[in-house]
Amino acid sequence: MRHPQAEGSDDIQALIALMARLPGLGPRSARRIVLHLIRRRGDQMAQIAALMEKVAQNSRECLCCGNITDRDLCAICTDPNRATGEICVVEDVADLWALERGGAFRGRYHVLGGTLSALDEIGPEDLGIPRLLDRIAGEAVSEVILALNATVDGQTTAHYIADALEGQSVTVTGLAQGVPIGGELDYLDDGTISAALRARRRL
Amino acid sequence: MEWQAEGTVLTRRPHGENAVIIDVLTAEHGRHAGLVPGGASQKRAAMLQPGARLALRWRARRDDQLGTMTAEPLRLRAGLMADPLALAGLNAVCALLVFALPERDPHPRLALATERLLDLMDRAADWPADYLQWEMLLLDELGLGLDLTACAVTGAREGLAYVSPRSGRAVSRAGAGEWADRLLPLPAIMGGAGDNRGRGLAEGLAITGHFLRVRLAEQMVGRPLPEARARLLRRMAR
Repeated sequence: MRHPQAEGSDDIQALIALMARLPGLGPRSARRIVLHLIRRRGDQMAQIAALMEKVAQNSRECLCCGNITDRDLCAICTDPNRATGEICVVEDVADLWALERGGAFRGRYHVLGGTLSALDEIGPEDLGIPRLLDRIAGEAVSEVILALNATVDGQTTAHYIADALEGQSVTVTGLAQGVPIGGELDYLDDGTISAALRARRRL
Repeated sequence: MEWQAEGTVLTRRPHGENAVIIDVLTAEHGRHAGLVPGGASQKRAAMLQPGARLALRWRARRDDQLGTMTAEPLRLRAGLMADPLALAGLNAVCALLVFALPERDPHPRLALATERLLDLMDRAADWPADYLQWEMLLLDELGLGLDLTACAVTGAREGLAYVSPRSGRAVSRAGAGEWADRLLPLPAIMGGAGDNRGRGLAEGLAITGHFLRVRLAEQMVGRPLPEARARLLRRMAR
């Protein structure tokens, strides 16, 4: 049951309701956050509000790769040290950020913005796959790494792109699948164990 | 309300942050949806992929509710993801079943045939001819089955060479006469014999595709056939 008078003004209630719709938050955690921000409204809340407004106004998709940036081209696409001839294709910006956190890849990216889905009627044009193919044809790309999720939709998309690149002078690779760091075989599903066995390597 | 059964995942959609809604095919309860709380977790994501065979328990307060499902893996069929043709086959099978079957309408023969077909795909066996038989069974289960036992014109059981695109009945070469060019060629593979690949398979899939498109998609569902089937055919033709 709601207690509007106990939760401050209509604006505060509206803010709590908006916060509660964010990923990872519910009404209870939204109330806690809003209350915390109101207590720190002089510094933290004002800073967050100013930054949110700035990000809302300036953020956009990189015209080249689809990463989130505040310019036409993102820092990765304009970095001359990353023009390695390798393009890593990912499903979502969150995947790009995850790979960047790992720090193992020094090439450039291409964000599809989703995967092919027969049931949701998402086709190649909806994902900007033609734009990726144009980009590969236009740049001096030697390798395309398909870093897509190990799901049915992810792998269907990977095979589709690999087919589309057949006959071009570019190496198409996919991420390895197998035992994660710190993983114990006893706790792995049989699909992962099968994939790990197929991808075994000489020590 | 509660039931327990084995079923195969056809679709998986996120619901909120932690749950997923899965659509499964069971022999006893047909195509059936259910909410899996915690289904989006890393631990459960692998077993809730399309094609996975699960031991399911469905519960709801009333029969018409979505209800919740708990699932234990039986066969994950990971081999499907490694083979592009098998993956295209899996996508076509799941998409056609979701497209064609009404919810909670049991089709035990089709469920059994689907299991068998997915197992063949998972084992990387030579399954395209089985896929054609599966599409014929799908049409049959929907009440759109082909009648390939005798000629619709002469009644002859030998020399069947065509299928009528209107009635779905076989026509013999003698019975076709000057109408032959308006009929669909009937390959031997549709009787369970003949070449498993190549022209016979393509002609067979053209026949099932015609009836899926005209009778199912246009007349019953009112939407085009799922693109996944066309992708499978392109992959088979490579």
